[in-house]
Amino acid sequence: MSKLMTMKDAIDRFVHDGDTIVIEGFTHLICFAAGHEIIRQRRRDLTLCRLTPDLIYDQLIGAGCVRRLVFSWAGNPGAGPLHALRRAVEQGVPNSIELEEYSHFGMVARLSAGAAKLPFYPLRDYKGSDLPRVNPQIKTVVCPFTGEELAAVPALNPDTAIIHVQRADGNGNAHVWGLMGVQKEAAFASRRTIVVAEEIVSESAIRSDPNRTLIPGLIVDAVVHEPFGCHPSYAQGYYDRDNDFYVGWREISQDVEKFNAYLDEWIYGVRDRSEYVARMGTAFTRLKASERLSDPVNYGY
Amino acid sequence: MATEFTASELMICQAARQLRDDEVVFVGIGLPNIACNLARRLHAPDLVLIYESGAVGAAPARLPISIGDPSLVTDSLSVCSMFDVFNFYLQGGLVDVGFLQGAQIDRFGNLNTTVIGDYVHPKVRLPGSGGACEIALLAKRVFVIAPQRKRSFPERVDFITSPARPAMVVTDLGCYEFVEDELVLTSIHPGCTIEQVRENTGWEVAIAENLKLTQPPTTEELSVIRDMIYKM
Repeated sequence: MSKLMTMKDAIDRFVHDGDTIVIEGFTHLICFAAGHEIIRQRRRDLTLCRLTPDLIYDQLIGAGCVRRLVFSWAGNPGAGPLHALRRAVEQGVPNSIELEEYSHFGMVARLSAGAAKLPFYPLRDYKGSDLPRVNPQIKTVVCPFTGEELAAVPALNPDTAIIHVQRADGNGNAHVWGLMGVQKEAAFASRRTIVVAEEIVSESAIRSDPNRTLIPGLIVDAVVHEPFGCHPSYAQGYYDRDNDFYVGWREISQDVEKFNAYLDEWIYGVRDRSEYVARMGTAFTRLKASERLSDPVNYGY
Repeated sequence: MATEFTASELMICQAARQLRDDEVVFVGIGLPNIACNLARRLHAPDLVLIYESGAVGAAPARLPISIGDPSLVTDSLSVCSMFDVFNFYLQGGLVDVGFLQGAQIDRFGNLNTTVIGDYVHPKVRLPGSGGACEIALLAKRVFVIAPQRKRSFPERVDFITSPARPAMVVTDLGCYEFVEDELVLTSIHPGCTIEQVRENTGWEVAIAENLKLTQPPTTEELSVIRDMIYKM
């Protein structure tokens, strides 16, 4: 059964005011197309989870969609701070947000527990750090076998995960290569999953290389076909990260007027991702990935 | 005639020299990334670079601007999930060296990348831990590269993000090593003075009896660094 639908319908059906949402992808495969659609549909009071909030959550926070942020590293990678996030935290503009922070390992552990439907995850971490002092969710547990004291973090089970992939079939079986971050854990931990794909392929294409399937269709609720859906993030083998955009974001996000002008032009001012891509024009040509094919493997027996 | 070099170039060389061949190093972006790739091209060709994004045995053909750059994937030995990176590689005890940076580092080796001022009402909100807290606790040796100012070198940090006890801290003025329970100046960079060090340290810094002069970058080191920065 095909789960294909438009991004507009997927967000309308699976992202509601007050929901807890995870849009994952560590630098790679960050689904900006979904973030922009959430902003266009003016969702409010979201709890957003992500290891690295990145520009995508900076945009959602500055657009007023967010009430709470669960994260582990909030910066513009390689280019300074996230200014909309800082405005919200330091000045309450456009609204103040609550922060719940961990380290990367803590966030990975939370989603792993969530995916395995365990109540918590133990890890050797946080001893001597001030993080447990400001986040009471970071606790300790004593190992029943060795008596060792370990850190423990609670399971994270978001309402909806949004995962961008290179290719998927209509049922949501999804191939991913390159950096995989915590996408698999995030998808299994969430109650619903939206898969967004650069390409829609046949089930037989998926079956030709089953080791590459990161997300199985059986946990997927919606499949959206959205080429260039990650820009300014990247998709290995499709297009490079737009580092100039990331560096340029500093100037846009530092100034509320410039930030709002950006939203007006690139988010509210376009109907959907295909209009955004059309407006980008030939900019994508410079980002097009070079070809580096892997050696094929034999799945025969 | 000594070749001209910048403070950053000296910091990169000093960090690279601490890395041994065959070691596994958890790499950060910026100067640590250049230091690790310098070591790989000179004395440590079998250094295994691991990035927290999941690239293992990375061999980047350009200088990655972010820790999740696609060039870390192309030609790497393995790409794994972040679950594997933190559970199996880092907590599993496979990481010999971790590099950390910080807005503040204190006398006791603690690093702060969370807030300047109070946590709830911060003067400046910084990015937070990322992988730093667990790298500090789980890598066998930790190196810190950081420019040194009085504000960034306080007696105690405003917030302990990462309790590090680093094997070495390399700044633009000198190198510090952990002796008993605090950082001690063990070498000073050419052209820098003890007065400069004192002016830029927030505590009465101890100075090693056998204080050395940091070896300046060699011509070979400089040419590799410049080649990486300008041509990669």
